Amino acid sequence: MMVSLRRTFAIVLRQFYLIQGSPARVLPLFAWVAIDMVTWGFITKYLNAVSGSGFNFVPSLLGAVLLWDFFARVMQGVTMAFFEDVWSRNFLNIFATPLSISEYVGGLVLSSIATSSVGLIVMLVLATAVFGLSFFVYGLLLIPYLLVLFLFGIALGVIGCGIVLRLGPASEWLIWPIPALISPLVGVFYPLSTLPAWMRYLSRLLPPSYVFENLRSMVLKRPGSPYALLWGTALDLVFLLLASWFFSYIYHHAVRTGLIARYSAESLS
Amino acid sequence: MPPAVLSVRELRKHYGATIAVDGVSFEVNRNEIVGLLGPNGAGKTSTINMILGVLEPSSGTILVEGADIAAKRSQVLARTNFAAVYAPLPGNLTVIQNLRFIGLIYGVKNLASRIESLLEQFDLFAFRDMKCGVLSSGEQTRVGLAKAMLNNPRLLLLDEPTASLDPSVAREIRLQIREFAAQGEGGVLWTSHNMYEVADVCDRVLFLSHGKILLAGDPRTLPAEHGKETLEDLFVTVAREPLALGRI
Repeated sequence: MMVSLRRTFAIVLRQFYLIQGSPARVLPLFAWVAIDMVTWGFITKYLNAVSGSGFNFVPSLLGAVLLWDFFARVMQGVTMAFFEDVWSRNFLNIFATPLSISEYVGGLVLSSIATSSVGLIVMLVLATAVFGLSFFVYGLLLIPYLLVLFLFGIALGVIGCGIVLRLGPASEWLIWPIPALISPLVGVFYPLSTLPAWMRYLSRLLPPSYVFENLRSMVLKRPGSPYALLWGTALDLVFLLLASWFFSYIYHHAVRTGLIARYSAESLS
Repeated sequence: MPPAVLSVRELRKHYGATIAVDGVSFEVNRNEIVGLLGPNGAGKTSTINMILGVLEPSSGTILVEGADIAAKRSQVLARTNFAAVYAPLPGNLTVIQNLRFIGLIYGVKNLASRIESLLEQFDLFAFRDMKCGVLSSGEQTRVGLAKAMLNNPRLLLLDEPTASLDPSVAREIRLQIREFAAQGEGGVLWTSHNMYEVADVCDRVLFLSHGKILLAGDPRTLPAEHGKETLEDLFVTVAREPLALGRI
């Protein structure tokens, strides 16, 4: 089946129109991540001052928060774009058209790239200009870090869309806390060795674990493992495949049962 | 002879033990307006949803100009469009924004000029930069009709298209849809509970009851053929005593 870039662009254009005319949508693109940067920036400064060890917490803690917020923004970029269609009960106008599911999801992903980039730029500016985070510490490995987290964010975003499509609009409240639920397992703030054994098994299945373990090794000037990052990317691809299958399955179920046509807060929640 | 604009064959839809559509077959030809009538729950919306590709039939085929929607979904839906009171365009976008993004999805050529001509046709110029959510229900209906005409569809599905319009605007809209059917290469499937409108507009009607086509024919002669004075009387009989018509 041919994917039409024009139709994918139409989905992005709709998101652009929505954001363009709405300060309430513009502000969250950067406000929450900026607040996170400021809060964690001062926490790391304070830790640097009281620890007296000479260890610099900025690249390990503030850098980790930045990367984690980037992941969360990517995921929410996908789900928010989908929720716009949920909230405006727009499924019939979207799906009773030549638009294919891959074009629609492609539009959600492109929208997420645009919105999460705004957050990333704001975080980078704040972290470097205000708190002295130097990305030279990470070197070129910053690129695979961002890539692994980006792909995982897309995969979880698409899974989140599938859950809301299946369970109804009220289930969006199951989606918002997903990053917070995952963060203890992937060791954003501490080494995975801190976790009990059973949690470490789960950590190994989650791509971001490999990013944060690698990041800590690098900051401590220990050799990181590029193979671990490759493994994280491979896991990402598995998650992406699962997410695509899951959304497609839920969509076809919705078409079979008539859910798409009847989708509304009243009919499902 | 070109294939029918819409050809529905032995269409069935059941939800578990509940049968919504039970072996429906009909055609909509070029330049024809066909009324799909029936009481609430008769299977009209399920039939329309299956033609729009948002509800999978349990069995049967739907062909638009000979192309099967099951095999060529995008191609078929690019030639189809619809307007329904239960599917308003997003209220948080302006009229022009809605028409632009939907027009891109349908791949409308010369989109900007097409939108301008539709704004004029449906008297929407004054509302072009207003969000759809703040328009009156009649204005929203006109925006929905403009959206339905964007891609010059071969098959136009209209579900109660004039329900929220005042009689004067409704008459104007009926004229425009008749003109669309007469001059273009398309056909229209029209559902309405306004039997006077149906008698005025439709070339042929299909009465649906319990998921089956109970009666079909010319709306101007059908009532007399079944001993009724008006189309509305016939509708009431179909709704209350379908067995009296002896075909179920």
